[in-house]
Amino acid sequence: MKLLTHNMLSSNIKGVTNGFPLKIEAEKIIERPVEINPVFLKNMFAKLEWKPLVEASRTMGFSELPEDVPDMSVLDSDEFLQKFHHALLEIHLEEGALVCPETGRKFPVQKGIPNMMLHEDEV
Amino acid sequence: MWYLCVFYHRLLDYRKPEVESLAELFGAFDDDPHGQQHSLEWKLPEHHHPDSPFHFVNLPSEDIARSVANRSMLVKGLFELWGEGNSYEELEESIKGYPEERKLPYLNSDSTFRISIDTFGKVMSFTEHNERIRGLSYIPFKGRVNLKNPEHNFWIMETDDYGSHNGLPPVVQKRIFFGREVGAADRKLLPTYELKSRNYLGPTAMDAEVAFLMANQAKATHGKLVYDPFVGTGSILVAAAHFGAMTMGADIDIRVVRDGRGPDCNVWSNFKQYGLPMPISLLRADNNLPPWRPGLSEVFDAIICDPPYGVRAGGRKSGGRKLLKGVVGPYTVPDEKRTNHIPSTGAYSLAECVHDLLDLAAKMLVMDGRLVYFYPVVRDDGSSSPSFPEHPCFKLIASCEQILSFRYSRVLLTMVKIKPYTDDIAESARLKHMDFKENHLKWLEEGNLHSAVFSPADHNSSSGDDGNCGKEVKPKYRGKYV
Repeated sequence: MKLLTHNMLSSNIKGVTNGFPLKIEAEKIIERPVEINPVFLKNMFAKLEWKPLVEASRTMGFSELPEDVPDMSVLDSDEFLQKFHHALLEIHLEEGALVCPETGRKFPVQKGIPNMMLHEDEV
Repeated sequence: MWYLCVFYHRLLDYRKPEVESLAELFGAFDDDPHGQQHSLEWKLPEHHHPDSPFHFVNLPSEDIARSVANRSMLVKGLFELWGEGNSYEELEESIKGYPEERKLPYLNSDSTFRISIDTFGKVMSFTEHNERIRGLSYIPFKGRVNLKNPEHNFWIMETDDYGSHNGLPPVVQKRIFFGREVGAADRKLLPTYELKSRNYLGPTAMDAEVAFLMANQAKATHGKLVYDPFVGTGSILVAAAHFGAMTMGADIDIRVVRDGRGPDCNVWSNFKQYGLPMPISLLRADNNLPPWRPGLSEVFDAIICDPPYGVRAGGRKSGGRKLLKGVVGPYTVPDEKRTNHIPSTGAYSLAECVHDLLDLAAKMLVMDGRLVYFYPVVRDDGSSSPSFPEHPCFKLIASCEQILSFRYSRVLLTMVKIKPYTDDIAESARLKHMDFKENHLKWLEEGNLHSAVFSPADHNSSSGDDGNCGKEVKPKYRGKYV
């Protein structure tokens, strides 16, 4: 699971009002190179929640993203784009879990695939 | 400028929408300030049936025509027409009348060329081929012939007039076209991607040609994000990834997305097999209860899918069979069993599935983003024009029927997002969602396509008639079957 995906997911258990961001419990992290696509990154930048991304990438051992929401102008900097690209698309959570911030329910991540299915009593 | 567009004679309904989608992708409508134009001008040769493989299409430039033809699946070629006629005398007249300044740049002495012959509805011998080509001596070709890799490809295309005996509409008139090829489809793609050589397959994996058509309808291209909520073995996303799109997929069945049939036989390996970039993410999620965070919207450029409509594979959603029927009350999963608990799923009616899909697409697609999906239609209920799902955020721009059996067909719907997702729309979708939840059984029965398709055929209507009359009813012309 890439951090882009993490930034899009929340816990949708019945009754949970604040299911985002999910906490990451990492057991196995891998890095896979992905070809950089600046247009795609610029499109995605506007749609992301910045702070959760910074926090998630720190949990995954990458702390080079700026703390505060950067200005759109940084997207012209190659150096920033590289880091942003790396955090968003190249770091994978292979094994671990995503934890609902409100209930503590763990959504397992196995072979890189988060299992977001709810149990019968959570629907 | 008008081009002669010659199609492969298959999937007839899909041909024009594919050209129009690709024309839009390559900028044919960039001058349209409101982005509302999705169709092109078409003309038919005289006396030709709409199902004829020969059409004329108006495209803004040769570059666009070339790009469209090269990426399409169903365009055999786009041609600059130099002449046409009902006989070779008429053809000569017509070619001679075509402006010299259009012809000469392609005839000069340092170019290479080739002339090929194609026929539709008739067979021509090799000797006849040579005669036809020699007959063109009135065109001042100065270049050298190169059969393998010519700069300019010229084509003679000939149709015959024929009766109704070969299953084609009997209105086609003998016509000969001569033109310069501007671009042609790359059908070599299909043997590479055909399903029989794919590692990981499921029972409903999408045929490679149709998957490419879907990706074309969705305008999948570099830097775009394409999502498939019923990803299965990833057959649709493979086509989108081939055209450079970033892909994401979800499925309710964890065995399909996570495990596959082993370490080198799963969704990821299908992408590796063709050297395509891996999907950005695969997840296990229920389309009925999507796990997207509140506030996330307009992220996908296209959603392409083949929803489970209950004929070959039925849809599933969260909640046990008995739970949804109301036989048992809600139960609590004991704490010690929670970690590896496999939640039960129940049947998911087509109506509910399509409602969820449209609601998700309305929210998650960017403006002008496309939703491309198959919708089943029962054919023997007598109604000639089936009604398709509607949504205030979407405009239906193409519906392409593919007949699957005597009882039902599937229609590829292409919808464009024309209005933003508002709170009002979200609220009415929520109420509908509750209605589906509360009246689960009712919806399940109403949307049960399986029984319509597999129930014994109703012969009562033709009882009393003799066998011959019944035979006559069957239409001779079977255009959409090709």
